[in-house]
Amino acid sequence: MSAAEAPVIEAGGLTKRYGRFTAVDGIDLAVNKGEVFGLLGPNGSGKTTTILLLLGLTEPSAGTIRVLGLDPLRKPLSVKRRVGYLPDQIGFYDHLSAEENLAYSARLAGLASAEANRRISDALARVRLSDVRGKRVATYSRGMRQRLGLAEVLAKGSEIAILDEPTSGLDPQSTQELLELIRELAADGVTIVLSSHLLAMMQSLCDRVALFSRGRIGLIGKVADLTADVLGGTHVVEVEADGIDLAAVLKDAPHIAAVTPLRAGRWRVDADADVRADIAHRTVQAGGALSGMTIRQSSLDEVYARFFEGEDHDQAA
Amino acid sequence: MTRQREGSPFAGLSTVALKEAADHMNSARIHLVMLLVILTAIGSVYAAIGQIKATIGEDQFLFLRLFTTAQQPLPSFVSFLGFLIPLVAIALGFDAINGEYSRRTLSRVLSQPIYRDALLTGKFLGGLIVIAICLLTLWLLVTGLGILSLGLPPGGEEIARGLAFLFASFVYAGVWLAVAMAFSTLVKSPATSALCALTLWLVFTVFWPMLTPLVAGAVAPVDLLDPMTAVHQIAVQQGLARISPNVLYGEATLALLNPATRSLGLLFPSQLSGALMGAPLPLSASLALVWPQIAGMIAALIVLFTIAYVSFQRQEIRA
Repeated sequence: MSAAEAPVIEAGGLTKRYGRFTAVDGIDLAVNKGEVFGLLGPNGSGKTTTILLLLGLTEPSAGTIRVLGLDPLRKPLSVKRRVGYLPDQIGFYDHLSAEENLAYSARLAGLASAEANRRISDALARVRLSDVRGKRVATYSRGMRQRLGLAEVLAKGSEIAILDEPTSGLDPQSTQELLELIRELAADGVTIVLSSHLLAMMQSLCDRVALFSRGRIGLIGKVADLTADVLGGTHVVEVEADGIDLAAVLKDAPHIAAVTPLRAGRWRVDADADVRADIAHRTVQAGGALSGMTIRQSSLDEVYARFFEGEDHDQAA
Repeated sequence: MTRQREGSPFAGLSTVALKEAADHMNSARIHLVMLLVILTAIGSVYAAIGQIKATIGEDQFLFLRLFTTAQQPLPSFVSFLGFLIPLVAIALGFDAINGEYSRRTLSRVLSQPIYRDALLTGKFLGGLIVIAICLLTLWLLVTGLGILSLGLPPGGEEIARGLAFLFASFVYAGVWLAVAMAFSTLVKSPATSALCALTLWLVFTVFWPMLTPLVAGAVAPVDLLDPMTAVHQIAVQQGLARISPNVLYGEATLALLNPATRSLGLLFPSQLSGALMGAPLPLSASLALVWPQIAGMIAALIVLFTIAYVSFQRQEIRA
């Protein structure tokens, strides 16, 4: 296996216990170079703990981690030099300016000041904070702080960027701006690990996602594969018809995974292809009166809802 | 398998220390506390100058009187320092670590390639730098004021004793900085840790001197028929009193700034036979006299810093 193909992040049987509570329970994970990988799950399902373990900021109770081929426990400085981290609800020194905050991090990272200044200017320009670079961070909005956090990851020149809930608490416009920046970062070839409970965002951004539930990874894979696995189909058709039982009508039709009655005269059909023509044909043939039909691609929301169905969320929190 | 860590635990130490020192120098909190210290110091020295001028006499160490002379209602410069240095140190250190938690900057800073050691030690050093600058300024200010108003320069031994006094004050401030930082790692909320440190400060400055005779009386009661029990009680009381860094500092400054001080404990007449009462000790003898006090304070500093260190290393980043 060549270096380019080897996963940049590998975790095996990773476990973290806080006293009697198991926050992360034996997860296996591999993230490839250049990938945008999503950690998805409700609050308290172990996403942030997993991230802290990857960074070596907390010690695993069991299991192994390799980040860029290094053990974050044994080689924490090398790992942290090459991995950028945007924490959940990021904080800055409020009395310092954006520039001074980044300069402090750059000095901690051991960058020479000329190089650091150049990188900081570039990074601030990229996240569109150049105009307010000299202002105290206390005056920044939530969205600006998140962008500043991303600028720190950029200035560090990270090979892997780990972003914990980057868009939580942002208004829609700031969210879009931030997502655009994350896409640019990914386009530069940076491997991105992203945690969130916002599914639509993950669907548009991630190559692969891992679904977390109570410290375990329930599912892992491409978004399309997950929807197919969990829902049995990638397309959802809603059918309105009178005078027939659609489930019976579509019993032996191809491509159809499930037919769920929604209310009288209304069904939901999960399928792995666009089956509208077939449904219309069969409905009419069976003597039903077709009054409406809509199709959409099934979303991660549904995967999520289905996957966590019946789960006690208080338990996880 | 060796559990050797990669790289130096002190990578980033000077960066943290200088940043912390710069932050303190710019913070309104420290400006306020320093203003208080400087005003009271100038007030007490000014009063001392008046007193010295009025009672001018044959004194070999006139300059050191600046620090120790008290004129009612003002206490002397050293008692002011003994009282206020802890306040400065607490103001510098009470939110060192839990402040990073509450600002949510800790995980970001620790995701840079440094160890936690560098952050904690750097913060401690940053505080010490500020204290050193403040004490040096204060000392120079007082000395300058003395030269101007008394019209005579300090002698060589007076300067040497002044520097030793400066060092003792620095160590004393370090103890209180370590107290404040230990609370800042042990207690999650900055307000609570400030209160804890201030409570300890009040206990040692106000209640400790009242408490020790009571406890000593209970632990070692005096038997009227056995005079040695009285000696024993005093020894117990002194031992207890010396748990307080304020007492150690007070004793150290007494011996350093008042060269006639021969002992910091009980002295029997037999030990004094042949001694010239009131004759000053040489500097080396005074230093030997206060060495246990200074060493005690340094030890306390190290123990407190170790408590902070161990508790910080074991803490989860996630608050």
